[in-house]
Amino acid sequence: MGDGGMNETWAQISDLAFEAALAGYVVALVCYAIELAGKRTAEPTAAGAGRQRSAAVGAGVTSTLTKTGGFAAGTDRDQIGVVNRPASSLAVRFGQAAVVVTAVGAAANVLSVVARGLAVGRLPLGNMYEFVSVICAVTAICWLIVLAKTGARTLGTFVMLPVVVLALVAGTKLYVPAAPVVPALNSYWKWIHVTTIAISSSILLVSGAASVLFLIRGRLERKELATLAAGRAAGQPVDVLGAGDGRGGRTRVGSLLTVLPTTATLDRIAYRTAIVGFPLFTFAVIAGAMWAEVAWGRYWGWDPKETCAFITWVFYAAYLHARSTAGWRGRRAAWISVLGFASMLFNLFFINMVVSGLHSYAGLN
Amino acid sequence: MTVRDTSRVGGDQGLADAESAGTEPGQAELSGLTREPAPTNVTGQSGPRRMLAGLRNVWRQLTSMRTALILLFLLAIASLPGALLPQWSLNSAKTAQYLIEHPTLGPLLDKFGFFEVFGSPWYAAIYLLLFTSLVGCLLPRTLEFAGQLRMPPVATPRNLGRLPHHHRAEVAGSPDEIADRIVGRLRGWRIARRVEGDPGSATAAVTISAERGYLREVGNLVFHLSLLGLLVAIAVGKLVGYEGSVIVNTGSQFCSTSPASYDNFRPGLLVDGTQMSPFCVDVQQFTASYNEAGQATGFVAEVRAQSGPAAGTDQWVSETLQVNEPLRMDGERLYLLGHGFTPHFQITYPDGTVRDYSQPFAPEPNDPNFTSEGAVKVLDPPGATGDQVRKRQLAIVGIFAPTALVHGGIMTSSFPAPQNPGVAIDVYRGDLGMEGGRSQSVFSIDTAQVDNGLLIKQARQNLLVGESVTLDDGTKITFTGFNEWVSLQTSFDPAQVWALIFAVALLVGLMTSLVFKRRRVWFRLRPAASLAQPPGAGPIAGSAAGIPPPQRAGGRDRTVVEVGGLARTDQAGYGEEFDMLASLGTAQDKASSSR
Repeated sequence: MGDGGMNETWAQISDLAFEAALAGYVVALVCYAIELAGKRTAEPTAAGAGRQRSAAVGAGVTSTLTKTGGFAAGTDRDQIGVVNRPASSLAVRFGQAAVVVTAVGAAANVLSVVARGLAVGRLPLGNMYEFVSVICAVTAICWLIVLAKTGARTLGTFVMLPVVVLALVAGTKLYVPAAPVVPALNSYWKWIHVTTIAISSSILLVSGAASVLFLIRGRLERKELATLAAGRAAGQPVDVLGAGDGRGGRTRVGSLLTVLPTTATLDRIAYRTAIVGFPLFTFAVIAGAMWAEVAWGRYWGWDPKETCAFITWVFYAAYLHARSTAGWRGRRAAWISVLGFASMLFNLFFINMVVSGLHSYAGLN
Repeated sequence: MTVRDTSRVGGDQGLADAESAGTEPGQAELSGLTREPAPTNVTGQSGPRRMLAGLRNVWRQLTSMRTALILLFLLAIASLPGALLPQWSLNSAKTAQYLIEHPTLGPLLDKFGFFEVFGSPWYAAIYLLLFTSLVGCLLPRTLEFAGQLRMPPVATPRNLGRLPHHHRAEVAGSPDEIADRIVGRLRGWRIARRVEGDPGSATAAVTISAERGYLREVGNLVFHLSLLGLLVAIAVGKLVGYEGSVIVNTGSQFCSTSPASYDNFRPGLLVDGTQMSPFCVDVQQFTASYNEAGQATGFVAEVRAQSGPAAGTDQWVSETLQVNEPLRMDGERLYLLGHGFTPHFQITYPDGTVRDYSQPFAPEPNDPNFTSEGAVKVLDPPGATGDQVRKRQLAIVGIFAPTALVHGGIMTSSFPAPQNPGVAIDVYRGDLGMEGGRSQSVFSIDTAQVDNGLLIKQARQNLLVGESVTLDDGTKITFTGFNEWVSLQTSFDPAQVWALIFAVALLVGLMTSLVFKRRRVWFRLRPAASLAQPPGAGPIAGSAAGIPPPQRAGGRDRTVVEVGGLARTDQAGYGEEFDMLASLGTAQDKASSSR
């Protein structure tokens, strides 16, 4: 690495691995989506067991395959009483495959990042392509951890969707060949600042996805309750299947309600990830300020990127406060979390690529 | 703010009845928010008192969590224009450009401070209100917490069955024995042991109240106090600090003695320039290195420096100044922020006078190959006097290319390192317009003078080192070479170390407050014989009152252990710990626990 600090082979391995990771993420997304669709089309009533359908239009799905149903019950333990549906075993298999492919994709992604680092002989966080690649890897890993802890696999579609979009953008629009960084970025602070920013962004990405789903599910639940109340008023018999959060109600086939984790689970995922991501983000901002003191002569100068990081920080601080304040918990807190999430993404893309400032290292000029 | 979360959690879950009222932190404040009458029914009160009530109301409103959240929200929204609109302090050229491009909206935005968001009154109003709210919340909270640390954990609620976590079992042993066992095993908890009923009587129950996770509150307070400290440190830095930037040619010295010695000086509000600690730097050499692709790999300036008492003497210390490696001298920091080229010209005048000129040229923004623009101005041509001076002034305007590449007569630079330096110049003669009182950029001429015919172009020529151009009157201009300049910045902020200390404290406080969970557990140990009903059957007894005559169940004492748990913050995760706590009384014979 002495001569020029470049290694063609590693660079090629990195590019190949990134393509493999992208392919893995796309396949995983499709598999998660199939599982989701399979669950949505599954007949939720006990009486409808005979009419059981799956995403694969019931192709050869018989009760002999219900051994996977047991697994599903285990992994979806947090979807307590969402709908008492018979498991569509083929869909479940797609879900299991999705997890495996996600893990493979994440491994390829990590390999790509490491190989890139070896190719350029520096921390592979020197431009937006590398940065977004790392974000994808960490988000995928973070998602796998959340999955292991909560088993809320149906979230997969919604977490992998932004990951696939990010990876696609990174692979096409942001890609730059392996090259050394400008001297301004050649500092050990980059290790500290950029790595922590990337990791905390990834964790907050999972948190944001959970909050978005929290809001979607909350909305569906309210709609469902309204329909239910209307039905009750009209004197129709109510078939209480014991839907989530103790609010009884018969859920329509195909409603997202049948597949999403309960609001309590979503809220817990959003909060748990936020309280990990937020201090890390705080640390990353402080490290950034210390680097700015070394590089630019001041620790804080309201550079657009700094300003936007501050806004993000304030939103997440407000989220944590709101979540522990009566009357702000739940929907309002989730909205604030989504705002923080939005400003995070805004900071990542818009500020780097459109607004010019000291952080304009996208390498896109 | 966060510091009040616990009271609100308690209040929201309707557990106020499960906890002894008044001992809750922030309880008074919470009820104050909901119970405080609006100042409508105060007509009977005297003027001053009414005003006082009104003020108190305003204060309560301001320090309420809702207001704090709204202010936080406002702060985030108000910061947005700072990221999206150009700011005077960051990029005045871009801001001016924006004003030109938006003739209607621009001046309006400028008037309301949108181009100087972080110095605008409305921004200051938001953060001052926010911090007032913070102080108003923190002070009582700190006092309350100090009080709590002196007080034993709150008494055991009457009905433990109403708590989120509840467990009941009957175990062998007297209440006192079991209490001893539990207390012995509650490590790290603050414990209060009390006796209900007549001590010594057969019906007397022993209760244990335990609480832990006080560090959460400590973390909370540290976090918010650090936030205040950070703001103060930033404010002090803005008041007494300053920044100055200057361009220094290699081979030249620069001494920081007064603001006037800088090209650009941004003083803090309390800086008048008289208290500056002097230092000098002698820029000896600057080296920029590039790879084959022309990408910069390193910038190094070899300097000699002197500061403090050594300033102005012959004592120099050799230093290396690099990007990301400032020079720190007695609180002053010196940064290498940029570099560029200074072309050298020699002019031979018609009367035979030979003079050397040099002037730093500014690199064109976004040109990786360092094409630089600039102007050399000759204000006092030799041989000219009186009005003649303003007819014979000279200007050499153009670009400097470190590696000149001429294509179709147009010179560009093909590499950032000076491999084949060249200049492409226009030479003007006439009145430069310097007496008009208008300030001019050192990098360009006043084109209005050209438009008015007062400054006339004499020649346009590409020159490599050693080449020259001769004007019609015999004036000969030779491009003799170049040297490099560095752009240095001095920063002085005595409070920045405090900003760092508070930032670190803030982070530690934040993590402490998120990691530790405040939680409570209560035990009520009653002799089994004293209970009306056998344990586990029917609804749980609400009270120890009205207990029937004591009975003996078996040869030994048996005790009903009732446990109640309350996580005062996040309930998640408390369940497992509670299971462990619930087994404390029965740990030796877990099997007998009847869940």
